[in-house]
Amino acid sequence: MALALGGYFSSATNVFTGSLVNLQAWFSTRFVAIQDFLTAPRDIASLRQRNAELESDVAELQAQVIQLQQEVGETDILRALVDFSRANPQNTYRAAAVIGRDPSPFLHYVIINRGSNDGFLRGMPVVTDQGLIGRIDAVISDAARIQLITDPASSVNVHLQNADTEASLVGSVTGDVTLELIPQDIIVERGDLVLTSGLGGGYPPDLIIGQVVNVRSRDFDLFQQATVQPVVDFNRLQIVLVITNFKPVDISPLVPAP
Amino acid sequence: MRNLVAVPVILLTVILQMAVISRIYLLSGIADLPLVMLAAWASQDDVDSAWQWAVATGVLVGFVSALPWVVPLVGYVAVIALAQVLQRRVWQAPLLAMFSITFLGTIVVSFLSLAALRLSGVSLPLSDVLGLVTLPSVLLNMLLAIPAYAVMRDLARWVYSAPEVE
Repeated sequence: MALALGGYFSSATNVFTGSLVNLQAWFSTRFVAIQDFLTAPRDIASLRQRNAELESDVAELQAQVIQLQQEVGETDILRALVDFSRANPQNTYRAAAVIGRDPSPFLHYVIINRGSNDGFLRGMPVVTDQGLIGRIDAVISDAARIQLITDPASSVNVHLQNADTEASLVGSVTGDVTLELIPQDIIVERGDLVLTSGLGGGYPPDLIIGQVVNVRSRDFDLFQQATVQPVVDFNRLQIVLVITNFKPVDISPLVPAP
Repeated sequence: MRNLVAVPVILLTVILQMAVISRIYLLSGIADLPLVMLAAWASQDDVDSAWQWAVATGVLVGFVSALPWVVPLVGYVAVIALAQVLQRRVWQAPLLAMFSITFLGTIVVSFLSLAALRLSGVSLPLSDVLGLVTLPSVLLNMLLAIPAYAVMRDLARWVYSAPEVE
């Protein structure tokens, strides 16, 4: 005790306590490492859970963005349709959404979500803010089927604005529309505007259909033909306007029987 | 009671055809989901109600389509007849039978449609119809054939494994 108090064991105690501290540090380091190892999985699990929650939130927000973009698109379409109806006050319009297409690839018809309950009748013309798309072919209470002007059985009497002549616009199985029965002595040029003529009573006059893109004139043909680029994109029809105050004229009794 | 499952399946198929499939074009051809569904249903061994399904589907498609109603009706019944014949010939390779039924069925329905439209006075050039409508439609139907077969096989197993309720 006297030697220790006198400082004669200081070197020995330093070695001893240093060893103890090193041993303590070694244990402490290993314990912390093991503790980290044991607690880390819990953190990963909680992080994964949090990540999943955030991913779910992101997905929900993305869905909301898509829905809002769709609503903005629909609003734009409706605004354009309202502008169109205001610019053409002579007609009465009712809007309807396109909900389907004809199941047959040979035909070009679309189905809309309004029918006779909304006053729709067979033969009523159907337009968009860009121009004519067709007319109602069949009606049930809550839906109607529209024959597009691109349908191979469709035929529309048209007026070529610049050439100032009448012709007949027919569809095809590929969806292309062609002008037929153009007299040979008429000069038809690319870009000529094609409008409904109103002849035959099937459509009201002066509805825009499209522009001439190509003319085929051969000396040995009775009539010229022309390809028309419609103003309406028929693959992207969403909302259409039915002209409800137009009553088509049935001229079939006037057509002489063969 | 087993036949009641036809009601939602046929309705869903026709709705999907009009709302989705008819908007997906390859050239001017589109797939015919009701036809592929009927071909897949008729290819299942246990199924004994394929004729009724074909008539119901044909009537429904004939109602919604502007084609003469007799075309889908006769066409889909012809698909079932083809399936019955081919299933006996190639019974050991059901997928081969499915592809054969789909291929021949699409061509039959296509030519029936063409004939009916031409008889009603619609001008349809045969070359356009073959190259731009029929062949692309055949290809699309063949693409649909495998998933449709798998779905209808599972449906047939589910329907025909359950005991019949009178």
